[in-house]
Amino acid sequence: MKRINKFKMEFDAISQNESFARGVVGAFLARLNPSIDEINDVKTAVSEAVTNAIVHGYEGRENGIITLSVLIDGMLATITIEDKGEGIPDIEKAKEPFYTTKPEEERSGMGFTVMESFMDSVEVRSGKKGTVVILKKELGKCFHMRRLSL
Amino acid sequence: MFHKKVKDVLEIYLVGELDEHASHYIRPKLDALIESESFSKMVIDFRELFFMDSTGVGVLIGRYKKLSQRQIPLFLKNPSAQIDRIFRMSGLYKIMPLTV
Ligand SMILES: Nc1ncnc2c1ncn2[C@@H]1O[C@H](COP(=O)(O)OP(=O)(O)OP(=O)(O)O)[C@@H](O)[C@H]1O
Ligand SMILES: [Mg+2]
Repeated sequence: MKRINKFKMEFDAISQNESFARGVVGAFLARLNPSIDEINDVKTAVSEAVTNAIVHGYEGRENGIITLSVLIDGMLATITIEDKGEGIPDIEKAKEPFYTTKPEEERSGMGFTVMESFMDSVEVRSGKKGTVVILKKELGKCFHMRRLSL
Repeated sequence: MFHKKVKDVLEIYLVGELDEHASHYIRPKLDALIESESFSKMVIDFRELFFMDSTGVGVLIGRYKKLSQRQIPLFLKNPSAQIDRIFRMSGLYKIMPLTV
């Protein structure tokens, strides 16, 4: 099988597309035979980043576009979620557990904490022109551990 | 979502997915139940919820606040491994304990 495989798509920043976006990523990664837990970890992290683009980046405006791309290199999955919205003024602060700028909308401020715990790495770049979140995870770790112990 | 009343316990069963999109209809449904029923304890069962992200934590804390005004305790039951991890990292079990 070819070592590198990728896709890129654009979709409207509306809440109906949250489950679509994480489902597409899950389907694309499924061919690597990851464990169900690994797929669910990635889908949860993707859901966090996409939801943030919709509710914070575009603040519910319905004309925003989100760009989602996935690159598979061997067993390493790199997922990029990009919006052209508001941007994050202080990324370090935004990443703190329980930090939210929307407590009145019952946000808990746990999105970045969830991404960081479910993925191997989370990189955030943000400015006045928008935000890019890059999520990475090495898949098939359970499988390799099983093979090594044989 | 469906619910059962067992004696004075209101049992809520969440079904499917709880993300930001779903929260827009799950939140008012939960609130309507909280307002209309009389009960002394609420249990939310996650056995049929196969997906939840941090939006769910906000929804639960919001309902917890409403219930605690009426001094009604809230318990969580049967979360999947992923959902359990999210509950643990947000310290939710301290205010709404896991029950069996
Ligand atoms: N794409 C984005 N564009 C602009 N601001 C963002 C973006 N993503 C995150 N933020 C900012 O970072 C903060 C923290 O994000 P995080 O996902 O951790 O929590 P939250 O979205 O506020 O709450 P939760 O995810 O628990 O519902 C947000 O409140 C928001 O201010
Ligand atoms: Mg968030």
